[in-house]
Amino acid sequence: MREFLMGNQAIARGAWDAGVNVVCGYPGTPSTEILETVAKQNDGRVYVEWSVNEKAALELAAGAAYAGARALVTMKQVGLNVAADPLMSLAYVGVKGGLVIVAADDPGPISSQTEQDTRQFARFCKIPVFDPQSPQEAYDMVGDAFTLSERIGSPVLLRPTTRVCHGCAVVACADTPKEHAPEGFVRDPARWVIFPRSSYLNHLKIEKRNPELGAEFSRYARNRLSGGGRIGLAAGGVSRAYLKEALRGYEPSVRLLEVATPFPFPEALAETFLRSVDEVWVYEELDPVIERELVTLCGKLHLMIDIHGKLDGSCAQAGENSVEGAAALLGQCLPAYAPPPLPQRPQPPALAVRPPVLCAGCPHRASFYAVKRALHGRKYVACGDIGCYTLGNAMPLDMVDTCLCMGADVTMAQGLRRAEPDRLAVAFIGDSTFFASGITGVINAVYNETDLLLIVLDNSTTAMTGHQPHPGTGITMMGHRKPGLSIEAVLTAVGVGHVATVNPLSLTEAVQAVRDAADLTGVRAVVFRSPCIAVAKGTGTFVVTDRCIHCRKCVTELGCPAIAAQGGEVVIEPSLCFGCGLCAQVCPVKAIERGEVEA
Amino acid sequence: MNCLMCGVGGQGTVLASRLIADGVMRRGEPVLTAETIGMAQRGGCVVSHVRSGYDVCSPLIPMGQADTIIAFEPGEAARCVPYLKSGATVVVNTKGVMPVTASLGQGYRAEDMLDYLRNLPDIRLLEVDGAALCAACGSSKVLNVVLLTAAAVLGALPIDVDELRRAILERTKPAFHAVNLKAMELTTCALKEARP
Repeated sequence: MREFLMGNQAIARGAWDAGVNVVCGYPGTPSTEILETVAKQNDGRVYVEWSVNEKAALELAAGAAYAGARALVTMKQVGLNVAADPLMSLAYVGVKGGLVIVAADDPGPISSQTEQDTRQFARFCKIPVFDPQSPQEAYDMVGDAFTLSERIGSPVLLRPTTRVCHGCAVVACADTPKEHAPEGFVRDPARWVIFPRSSYLNHLKIEKRNPELGAEFSRYARNRLSGGGRIGLAAGGVSRAYLKEALRGYEPSVRLLEVATPFPFPEALAETFLRSVDEVWVYEELDPVIERELVTLCGKLHLMIDIHGKLDGSCAQAGENSVEGAAALLGQCLPAYAPPPLPQRPQPPALAVRPPVLCAGCPHRASFYAVKRALHGRKYVACGDIGCYTLGNAMPLDMVDTCLCMGADVTMAQGLRRAEPDRLAVAFIGDSTFFASGITGVINAVYNETDLLLIVLDNSTTAMTGHQPHPGTGITMMGHRKPGLSIEAVLTAVGVGHVATVNPLSLTEAVQAVRDAADLTGVRAVVFRSPCIAVAKGTGTFVVTDRCIHCRKCVTELGCPAIAAQGGEVVIEPSLCFGCGLCAQVCPVKAIERGEVEA
Repeated sequence: MNCLMCGVGGQGTVLASRLIADGVMRRGEPVLTAETIGMAQRGGCVVSHVRSGYDVCSPLIPMGQADTIIAFEPGEAARCVPYLKSGATVVVNTKGVMPVTASLGQGYRAEDMLDYLRNLPDIRLLEVDGAALCAACGSSKVLNVVLLTAAAVLGALPIDVDELRRAILERTKPAFHAVNLKAMELTTCALKEARP
């Protein structure tokens, strides 16, 4: 069966066709659509959940795999940092049912905090990793990964990158999915209870297993050698596709090593490659993983071969690869190489800068603006976090002083406060982030009696990654609906003395709520509750009337993308306006009014 | 054939690329797409690449190799000009989207961007009054169908108008079929009037 699938859909389909029993994860670009795809086609055969964070997801999957189930865990690369604790130990203990962890890397980075490389993580925790170049390979490799995981009794990583995850292609899929019935948990404390002694023994077994796996991977069909000549090229992941396209017409003149399983490294295949060439150029994204393996192997084999890549500056150290980048590399290593000529054209006029911004009508804009107004004149630091609300840093709101990682706003604010006791510490956290990793930080502040103003931005969804439900929504990926967990109840339960809830779109009350909370001491919280525009219905549009005095306050204070100022004129673009009415509340002369409701 | 869709997050470029890909796939030919998903979808610059044919490996169109750009916004068309090969077609929506940074600072004139495109010596340019056609359909959501139809009529897509219609009927929600077909019809008429 051939279907047009996004890479993430192909991964989901691969797991489905492999008879997966449990799928869990935490949303994160570029991995999110994998779990959503399984949930969408689920007939109840598979248990699917968004877990509260990646650590919870991996532990849940481990439990399922201990009972013999096939489990898939999905996350973005930084999510694997959160899941690192169970992963490191699980690599020693192992699994019974197949456990495949998809950690999607994001070269660029396009939507991430780091350019970390999950292939390094695989080496660090000593488990195999598959590195697909296309949706078809991603589909095939999920099945291979489940089979391998069960055979060696170890979790296995699949590491797609953004262009594989979010690229679509025609994928050949199985006509009927396999069925996998978990045999159930069999008590065996010597196996399932991790202890120093068992870890020592397991460590020995793993170090014996991995070189054997590397030898086996040398025969894996997706690791391959092609071409001829004495110039060697090596590539992994989607960089293989870029290189092959740039190589068109020159294939016979270079020897190409494609590495689809960077760990354990297919050394025997690489040795054949190295012994057939005089010089090697490596094209890969993120870290020089293949390059280091080849350099090491040259040392081991006493081969006098120059290896070029990131380590000697032949390739860019950071950012995404491309066909153009591959062509530039080929220009360095093939004297006869001529890339297709680029048309010469006049330079364009200065292009508009378009950083991502909070949407028109986004309640976060109102929340940030209310806090800014309420704390005007006070000395404070605004700690932000991961989510759409990181965009509160954009001008003119300019309300995010720090952003590090999920949940760090709450705890970093405490450190800033301890170092600078006369500065008010304000922490902004979204609803999904609060449940994922914010609560621990709040308990830390309560326990240690740290002065903290906590602002919870509750828009009733995990917005940035595409509107996934979370514990506060009460909606599960199995289609169940129940009342969501109350953020206020959680805050009160952990000892937060003052918890106020307010609609940020009611500007006066919102400002007052922040002022009241700021005047208190200890840990106090304001919960701003208003749904994301993507999960709420618009309430018509607003228009600028002729009472406008052209002060541009709505533009210079809010930065709403629906409000455009050209010369002196201020216009609200009706196709973008959501009708939140914040601008009307900011206008000093009440010149902005509710307009006609669009049919 | 390489088609690039570009615009501002939220304008509907992702669906546009899916519709083209769907049409190509239905003919049994290979097709690859790459889309912008994530933070840039919040009002940033977005591009979708659609590549059809048997000799394509990379999901991204290399510079200088696009046969067609379908631009939902004039400034984004100007930004993507380096992707165009000589003799390529640019279908551009004439209405600009003012960036917040421009409202706060230097301002931004879509007309400057259109002038730049008009003066490029080696491309075929079709300007589409997307706002007027959307207004005539009564929905701002049909901009993608308007632009795709214009490109298909020009023969600048790997699929023809009938294949586009079939893709729309199969890939969009039935509730939107009527308005999408109306958008196709009005766009085709508008093009006939402009270039009889």
